[in-house]
Parts: sequence; structure tokens; C-alpha cells
Amino acid sequence: MTTPIPRVMVPGSVRKNEVFTVKAIIQHQMETGLRTDSAGKTIPRKIINQFVCRYGGLEVFRTDLHEAVSANPFLEFQLLATENGRLEFSWREDGGATYSLFHDILVT
Amino acid sequence: MTDWTRRQIGGLIGGALLAVAAPHIVRGQGRAKIVVIGGGIGGATVARYLGDMKSIDVTLVEPNSNHVTCFFSNLYLAGLRSLASLTFGLETLAEGYGITIIRDSAVAIDPVGRAVELRGGTKLSYDRLVVAPGVAFKFGEIEGYDEAAAKIMPHAWIAGPQSELLRRQLESMEDGGVFVIAAPPNPFRCPPAPYERASLVACYFKQFKPRSKILILDAKDKFSGQELFQDAWSRHYPGMIEWLPSQFTGAIKAVDVAARSVVTEGETFRAAVANIIPAQKAGLIGEKAGLIDASGWCPVDPVTFESTLQPGIHVVGDSIIGGDMPKSAFSANSQAKACAFAIAASLTGSPQFPPHLFNSCYTFLAPDDAFTNALTFAPEGGRIKTVKMFISKVGESAEVRRRTAHHAVGWYSAFTADVFGGGS
Repeated sequence: MTTPIPRVMVPGSVRKNEVFTVKAIIQHQMETGLRTDSAGKTIPRKIINQFVCRYGGLEVFRTDLHEAVSANPFLEFQLLATENGRLEFSWREDGGATYSLFHDILVT
Repeated sequence: MTDWTRRQIGGLIGGALLAVAAPHIVRGQGRAKIVVIGGGIGGATVARYLGDMKSIDVTLVEPNSNHVTCFFSNLYLAGLRSLASLTFGLETLAEGYGITIIRDSAVAIDPVGRAVELRGGTKLSYDRLVVAPGVAFKFGEIEGYDEAAAKIMPHAWIAGPQSELLRRQLESMEDGGVFVIAAPPNPFRCPPAPYERASLVACYFKQFKPRSKILILDAKDKFSGQELFQDAWSRHYPGMIEWLPSQFTGAIKAVDVAARSVVTEGETFRAAVANIIPAQKAGLIGEKAGLIDASGWCPVDPVTFESTLQPGIHVVGDSIIGGDMPKSAFSANSQAKACAFAIAASLTGSPQFPPHLFNSCYTFLAPDDAFTNALTFAPEGGRIKTVKMFISKVGESAEVRRRTAHHAVGWYSAFTADVFGGGS
């Protein structure tokens, strides 16, 4: 149904040992599987069911999402800047599709 | 209710008021003088309905000779309707309803001496004044966005030259560009309109510039008709429209006109075309006349639409604090009729009945897919409250939506004929 569009907001550079904020959003309908279409047929569930963030290859944040989460799920969390590295973000959808983004962070 | 019935009832009420009015005029000093400031939807409707009453002398002050309707102007932006088809002269009001139209702007109001001063120097005295100034923009709130910036990054929130500018920019934009819409904080004129704009521009892009994207940077975390819009965006324009709430971007802080970019707390977004819709407040004459409270809008009595700050001055349309009524053209029209009848009742000494207030809107998601709402309102405890409401639902059949889009076109012609006279 939807063509999900993922997006993150992360500072370009952070000072070492400083806490920084990560914001992540994905345009997604989060179809609950509990609705019917105009013909009375159940619209199958299709939600983003998991979000993972890795920092330098190491998993640093993970959350499972469920039907009650709103459309366009928005997440905000904090990480500690340890070293230069790649932040990888991935959203997993029902049916197995994943949507990913990465962001290289400079630690000064 | 059919058109025939409505006219029949209007005629009866008008007749009844005239019958009461006649002896008053024989005793009084002549026709009551009403001045209306602003020839938009609210002002034109008040003028038209009071102009119908022969005991009342109506003068309408409006600097522009034509009115271009904001509603349906998103269809123009998408190339689906001409601007000429959205443009209405005020001459039918002058010729058909005996209204005196002065092409000028009000610069000052003397509520004690009951007079309005115009830019051209004319002074108009009145028995009752109606002010319908629409909205003004809070230009200071986004750094770098002022009237000069609006000539490069149009708001297109008052239809006319601004709409033409935005249309030209969209037409000359290269395929693959990003069209950024900055959506304003509440309250503002026509709550679903920024999102209707995204939908219809997407419809244009889909046909002519299919690699282009639309990015909505919202000052809010949710918006009117959100579920209906997001359902439509995924059906008609998959992957084309992205909406970012204020909680994600940290809201818009500034624009860089030279770089054509929009600066949020967290990130700067480059645009091929940028449409900045600023925060809004009541039109400027409202401020000068002391009609505005700390909210930036005009508080009114919900029965008579008389200002609660300045007795003898009525305010209708987008500039009022309308309670549950949205800032929409149909609301302005409904308030204007209630106001006209309240003024007529007061001048003739007739009893004042509580008004029935309405809003009816159509919003296009695609040329053959529209949704609608219909609401009724009534005054309750000093404010306007919703009584009943209908709104289209997600999951309606394509046929229902196609019919709604067809109804919208009929609604437009009937509604504009009601406001500006003539037509159907």
C-alpha cells in the first residue's frame, strides 16, 4: 500500500563522550489488520514491527512496534558519542521487507 | 434543502423584516447606514444580505475590484482550473443589490464617533459597522520570511498574484526537484488546505514531473483530515509526499531566500520550489480598531457577531475567534448571514433568534477523488459549539469519491453565486 519513506535526524559531528539525540521517522500507514475495505474485506495487517540502530556495527538501540503505534512512527533516543563511525538504521515491515538508512558521525 | 426552498424562506424572512422596518423608517431619520469593510466572502455576504433589505443603506469598502477565491485555488496550482474561473467582480452586488462599493481601504475606525476613515481621505459615518478583514500573516515568526521573501518563496495563502507566482514556479521546476510546503501552526485559514495543496501538486507532478518529491514541514504534530490524506497519498502518489511533524524537525526557524532553503532546528532543507505558509492572525484593520485580544483574533458574541471589545462593530469570517467553527469560506458566509439578520433585527426592534451556523467543505485528493465534511453549530455558553458533523471516511468506494468530486463543482458554483450574486 504505502511506499515507506524513512528519514533520520542526527548531528553531523559530536564531541567525544557527549550524549546526542537521534530522531527517526518513517512515512508508513501502520495498517492494523483490524479494518475492512469498502467491499467488507479485511485489510491485512502491515506495520513496521521492529526498528534497530547500530553504531559502528554494534546494535545500540532496538524496539518492537505493535498495532497500536500510530501511522508514521516517530522515535527519539539518545546515544553516547564514543568514536567516529557509521550509524545504521533499519525498519522491518510485516512480510519481511526492510527499509534502511545510514549516517556517518564525526566525533571530535 | 433545495435551492427553491431556501429562497422561499429567505423571501419570507426578508418580507417579515421589511414589514416591521417600515414604520421605524417613517418615524426615524431615514435608512440605516451600514458600512462593511472587506469584500471577501464574509464581507460580500453581509453586504449582499443587508443590501436585499430596502430599509438599509449598505456601503462596501474593498481595495480590489475582484475577489479570487482561496477555495479551489489548489486546483489552479495543479493546472486543473483557470484563475479566471475563480475570480468574481463585485459589480453584481452593486447593480443587483443597490450596494455602494468604494474601492479603497479603511485606515482608521472611530467607534465613538461611528466613522470610518479611508486611505483616500473619505470619512464614512455608520449606524453599524461590519469588519471582515480576513487573515494577516505573522511575518516575524520565521526568520527571514517577510513580504519581500514572499515574492520568491510564495505563501499563496491569499489567492491571486501569489497563486500565479507559485504556479509559474511549479511549471518551470525541473523534474526531480523537491517542492517544500511549510504548513502553519493552528489556527489558520482552511485547515485541510496545505495538505490538499500537496495532493493536487502531486497530481500535477505525477503527470508532468514524475521524479519530483513533495516535502511538508509542519509546525504541527497532526493535521485536519490526516487519515484521509495519508490514505489517498499512498493510493495515488506512492512515495511522492513526505510529511514531517514539528516534533521531528523541531519546527521551522528561518528561511534562506537566496539558497531557497528552509531551516529547521535540526536540519536545513533545500527546495526547488518553496511554499511558506506563515502563522496567521486577524487582518490588520482589526488591530487598529481595537477588535483583537491577546490571541491575535477578534472575540465576538456568537449570536450577533458583535465585537465583545467594541460595541456597534460586528466582525465575521476568518478573523474571529469562531469556537468550533473552522476558518473557512463557508463558515464566513454562514456567520455573515447570522450577522446580517442580527443587525436587521436590532435596527427594526425585532426579537433576536439564535442562529443556525453551518460549514460545508470539499477537499480534493485527486481530480476524481474528493472528501467532504458538513457540520452544524450553535451558540452555547458564549461560544460556538459543534452540534452535528459528517465527514467522509477512509475506505469509501471510488464511486462515492468520484461523486463527491462532482458535487464539489456544483457546490462551488452555487456557493459563489450566493456570495457574489448572479449565476445559478
